[in-house]
Amino acid sequence: MEQQPLIEFRNVTKRFGERTILNGVSFRIYEGEVTTIIGLSGTGKSVTLKHIIGLLKPDAGEILYQGKPIHRMSRSEWNAYIGRISYMFQNNALFDSMTVYENVALPLKHTTRLGRRQIEAKAMARIEQTELTEVAHKYPSEISGGMQKRAALARALVTDPQIVLFDEPTTGQDPIRKNAILGMIAEYKKKVGFTAVLISHEIPDVFFISNRILALWDKKIVFEGTPEAMEDFNHPFHDEILHSLENLQEDITGLYSSRHFKIRYQTELARRGAVESYAVLIFSFDNMDEVSATVSHDAAQQTLRSLGNYIRKHFGAVGGFSTRQTINEFTTILPFSDLEEARRILDKFTTDFQEHGMRELEETFRREIPADQCFDFLISVGMAQGKPQVEIESVMEFARFDQKPIATFQCGVRR
Amino acid sequence: MAVDQLPDNEPVPASPTGRGPILAAILNPFGCFGIRLNNTLGAMTIFLCRAFIQIFHYKQIPEIISQIYFIGAKSASIVALVGFFTGMVLGLQLYYVMNKFGAVGFLGTAVSLSLIRELGPVLTAIMITARAGSAMTAEIGIQRISEQIDALTTMRIDPLGYLISPRIAAALVSFPILTAFFDLIGILGGYLSGVILMGASSGAYTYRIDASVEWLDVRGGFIKSIVFAVLVITICCFQGYFTHLRRDSYGSKSVSLSTTSAVVLSCVMILVSDYVVTSFLL
Repeated sequence: MEQQPLIEFRNVTKRFGERTILNGVSFRIYEGEVTTIIGLSGTGKSVTLKHIIGLLKPDAGEILYQGKPIHRMSRSEWNAYIGRISYMFQNNALFDSMTVYENVALPLKHTTRLGRRQIEAKAMARIEQTELTEVAHKYPSEISGGMQKRAALARALVTDPQIVLFDEPTTGQDPIRKNAILGMIAEYKKKVGFTAVLISHEIPDVFFISNRILALWDKKIVFEGTPEAMEDFNHPFHDEILHSLENLQEDITGLYSSRHFKIRYQTELARRGAVESYAVLIFSFDNMDEVSATVSHDAAQQTLRSLGNYIRKHFGAVGGFSTRQTINEFTTILPFSDLEEARRILDKFTTDFQEHGMRELEETFRREIPADQCFDFLISVGMAQGKPQVEIESVMEFARFDQKPIATFQCGVRR
Repeated sequence: MAVDQLPDNEPVPASPTGRGPILAAILNPFGCFGIRLNNTLGAMTIFLCRAFIQIFHYKQIPEIISQIYFIGAKSASIVALVGFFTGMVLGLQLYYVMNKFGAVGFLGTAVSLSLIRELGPVLTAIMITARAGSAMTAEIGIQRISEQIDALTTMRIDPLGYLISPRIAAALVSFPILTAFFDLIGILGGYLSGVILMGASSGAYTYRIDASVEWLDVRGGFIKSIVFAVLVITICCFQGYFTHLRRDSYGSKSVSLSTTSAVVLSCVMILVSDYVVTSFLL
């Protein structure tokens, strides 16, 4: 039996005067999933989100929550529905006459029966998680745009909502913090199990944490499905939006997007003779959650970024190409190397990463955590040899299965 | 009708029948204006009622106190200044006029009744409009265009209860107190100019005030100040709250125009309602 959607749009149309923003939009959002809406600016993504929380009403069509049209809800049903949702605005919508702490504590103060100390404890916990402790008593105008974004995130999550609507949560953040915020959303989703609806342009990063993607194009939803299915989506949207965003992403990180990575290895392997082999390396960063929790989300992202940079630098020089496959996993293909040669390249990489990469990370951690704080992480790599006639997915799986540690960090001691 | 959405007031197309398009073209703007006025007054009434009923909640107390400080205490100095000079001018002018009729002994009566019955409530309300009303419109307007009001809605905090109710409560407290303060300072100003500077009798001035000012005069002044409080706060908050629905401007420009409209409209309504209330009280 098909799972009942938590929220469903049925032929929703919205006009502002003569201008039609949404024209018969239909899609579904399922409980416990992260659904990301992507599309060009000004195509109605925020308008779509505002319909969910009732800030806008559709001119035609209906929005259903657990099968019930929200416009037919009684006052108590509506209050219960809205009470489950939290909304993070694109421009933050922080109260400029209140401090960061007061902003975060505001929903608790007015919609719960918690005492002053409980409110303070809860609000400060969220402020600490979003790394805003030092600016908790500053006004929004006194902090940076990125900090304001995180304050808005803290306010959106402080009531432990079941559904969170994020309107471009990573806009204006540097690459580290951008991934830190996405990581935070993924982590909270894992811990609390909320349903998230995101608007984001951070492709492909946002795909790592998304269960479903909705593509808004020309006033309609033209794609609804998993990020993997998006790869094979044949539509002008794909060329115009994904292509440009992926190119931008590649410029920033130097790593291939997963779609371009796929195209590249298909092209490379098609050129090879049936007997020529290639090597696949899978790098993974274990205990990422522990680093995020113990040190900071930024530190976890810094580690990943550092690893990504070393991978790109080393393997790119010998004709390899790499991508970030999941939130904590990188894949590299060495198209001209057999297993023996790949092993030699990897040994050089390991030495360099242990000498320099880990030292940089150690210095970062020392700056951010107290001396007595203890945490571990592990970077492992697996290697496998592939041939053009063998499915690459099975080669990757084999490499994943064969992973061995190349660098560890145990209670502040790097090895 | 939801208070967050004002009715659409598109002009009605001219009727192709009857006396033809000329008559319709003449009457159409009046009709549109009438409908718009009716709708706005209706929306304002709903706005006021919904905000008023949310005053009576214990969580409002700190915010009401803070608004009393902003509307009342912070306006006291400017009200005192205006009251003092108004009283002084009254003292001078009335001394000059009464001296012609040999009725300088009634200076205290003229100054006190003018202030208590008329000038006190009106000028106090105008001063509060200029100082606090305009600030309220601008503040609420900025909160509207920066989506802070929408943020309240998404947090299940009623923006009317949170933003408007404390201001209404504070105005209802502050206006009469500031009016009384204005009257008192004005009478002192009249004493300074009429008695000390111009040489009218001090005893006659104070005796006439005591003899001629009745409770009905004071009550009338307070009734006016309460009416003005309701009008000023409703107009100023309403203009700020619905600044995003203006058709003549957007963004920060709409906030500035809303502020101007709020001040002008409040001052006009103070004078209009002053006449209406006075005619009922007399």
